Amino acid sequence: MDEFQSQLLELRAGWSRRDLLGLEELSAEEIVCILDTAEVFRRAFDQGIKKWSLLTGKTCVNLFFENSTRTRNSFSLAARRLGADVVDFSAATSSLSKGETVVDTARNLEAMGIDAVVVRHSTPGTPHLLAKSLRCSVINAGDGAHEHPTQGLLDILTIRRRLGRVEGLTVALVGDIAHSRTARSNIWGLKKLGAHVIVCGPSTLVSRDWEKLGVEYSYSLDEILPRVDVLNLLRIQFERQTRRPFPSVREYALLYAMNAERLARTKPGILIIAPGPINRGVEVTADVADGEHSAILDQVTNGVAVRMAVLWLLTSAPDQKRSPVKACL
Amino acid sequence: MERILIRGGRVIDPSQGLDDNIDILIEDGKIAAYNPTARGDERVIDARGKIVSPGLIDMHVHLREPGHEDDETIATGTRAAVAGGFTSIACCPNTDPPIDTPATVEFVRQKAARDGHCNVYVIACVSKDRKGEELAEIGQLVAVGAVAFSDDGAPVYDPELMRRAFEYCLMFDKPVCNHCEIPELTRNGVMHEGLVSLILGLPGIPAAAESVMVARDIALAEATGGRLHVMHVSTLGSVEAIRRAKARGVRVTAEVTPHHFTLTDESLRAFDSNFKMNPPLRSEEHVKACLEGLRDGTIDVIATDHAPHAKEKKMQELDRAPFGVVGLETALPLVIMRLIKPGILSWSEALAKLTINPARILGIPKGTLQIGADADVTVIDPDVRWMVEPEQLHSKSKNTPFAGWALEGRATVVIVGGVIKYQLGEQA
Repeated sequence: MDEFQSQLLELRAGWSRRDLLGLEELSAEEIVCILDTAEVFRRAFDQGIKKWSLLTGKTCVNLFFENSTRTRNSFSLAARRLGADVVDFSAATSSLSKGETVVDTARNLEAMGIDAVVVRHSTPGTPHLLAKSLRCSVINAGDGAHEHPTQGLLDILTIRRRLGRVEGLTVALVGDIAHSRTARSNIWGLKKLGAHVIVCGPSTLVSRDWEKLGVEYSYSLDEILPRVDVLNLLRIQFERQTRRPFPSVREYALLYAMNAERLARTKPGILIIAPGPINRGVEVTADVADGEHSAILDQVTNGVAVRMAVLWLLTSAPDQKRSPVKACL
Repeated sequence: MERILIRGGRVIDPSQGLDDNIDILIEDGKIAAYNPTARGDERVIDARGKIVSPGLIDMHVHLREPGHEDDETIATGTRAAVAGGFTSIACCPNTDPPIDTPATVEFVRQKAARDGHCNVYVIACVSKDRKGEELAEIGQLVAVGAVAFSDDGAPVYDPELMRRAFEYCLMFDKPVCNHCEIPELTRNGVMHEGLVSLILGLPGIPAAAESVMVARDIALAEATGGRLHVMHVSTLGSVEAIRRAKARGVRVTAEVTPHHFTLTDESLRAFDSNFKMNPPLRSEEHVKACLEGLRDGTIDVIATDHAPHAKEKKMQELDRAPFGVVGLETALPLVIMRLIKPGILSWSEALAKLTINPARILGIPKGTLQIGADADVTVIDPDVRWMVEPEQLHSKSKNTPFAGWALEGRATVVIVGGVIKYQLGEQA
């Protein structure tokens, strides 16, 4: 335990941010710092050390305006394992239904002595809006189709743990790229750590503009399969689409579902991950999702470690700075 | 009424090709003489080092009254107008109730006259209740002073209605001003669709949503002989379509706003709703096209689309915050900084788009300093530097995207009908 703690303190010495709004704004060094910190928590967990007192006396609030199972529970568990108190906020039963704004809701919670707000919202930029209005740490747990930085970090941690590196790997993000916050966070993180990224999906969900971010785009999963080291299978975000961008789910599955036949044409050590929840039979068939190349459940375990790292770094590091977002109103 | 002598200024009046250092005498509310012999009882305005222009005209303003007085009132909006150098404005009919009857036109005109800051002209609805179904009683609206017709805030969507509006307005020689947007292409859109919206994950509004309807309206104007005025042009495709139409002799005019020729969609990276407007801030290529359209005369008018929204409405998540920004008080310096000083437009060309061109489109006797004209005059200091502090703006709402910007140039004296309505640094 002492050994782990000294490693954690050493890693925290290089950290200076108060908020985590996205991976776009982080440097490669900062991303590695979070990953290394998460790695310490993960190794400790593997040795049976689950409970810490690093954030005793601190309070985190989960401010979730969108449905979530794993992210919300993962953040709650991460905070509790660090010794922090957790307040779970539910939009449905809150004063929002009485007409209160998001900013006022968050300010009221902050006035109760909150150290970190973990916010999920369907509108991109809502965590940024809160970061401009609150003094405590703001952690983006998914803002619309913009970013989901802890998901990106746990994906990358899973890749790094399974394949030993990130640099030089070819990672394909497959599916509903247009509406995926996971895709955006993955792209920023993976690119900064030296991976080659391919975004792949129907042309209505993968615009050519992605190339301008330094990633390759493809409409054909079959064409890219032999080249990729990692497949990250993204869910079709039906809830964010105004009109279905492909003729049928059946046709989508025909073109893009990862199945045993396609798996046979991949590199031998291919790693398959998915941010979940997965739609079995749409993005991935059950045999592949549960097969030996899949790290889907391992991602969930890594997710707790990543969130512990983020909560601890953001709320306890001395000399934190606010993210450079412009003042609002 | 006092006699006013504006002395020593560079007088630029595009309506008569005038650009000369002359003194102007105002008497009985009219432009009375150039280089007069002073009698000694005049109130003298020292305009040395300054530009003397016909009073500026903004043909696209939202005064929000009646119905949304929490955002703006006729009193505060017209106060903001004179503070920005505008002596005449035309207000849009998307109020609550909409301005679609003679009574609502009269209400706005009388209230504006009572508040007495600047001239207010009314653009009335094309359709009853702004529903886009039946033509409003355009003849009666003209009779009580409506100068143009628009369902702004929304497009005239039904092409048949638009065609009839063009045809019907021929009787009165009034323009139909359209907010060009295909709603099916902009559903849920928050910002320009492009690389930045892709990065931010915000639903986009494609450029084609505007240019497709501009093309439709041009075709209908051409077919009917009607007068089309394209409001707040923002895309390359629109500018090109208007340019080609003008070359063919179609009766089409167009306006662009200062925020569209100054800012790009990159501004949204701050996720600040003060950069959310409709049409949205576009990418650099579209901004360049608008600048070129201004330069070559494709774009006739600079209008602000002054769209005030109360703070509590704007301080929300981006998809909930309303579209629109205030613009009356920042327009002139942005014209000076973005168009005149870089040499895109001369002073005369820029002022034409702020004076005589909108006056001609609206058919109002304004925008000129000819002897005998109403004495609406704006004296401009092109070099004065100032910082945009939202709380200092006269508009009731402070939703400006230029907060904290250091601007150059400002109206220093604004005269409406021979009366000084605004003097920089003084409460007029």
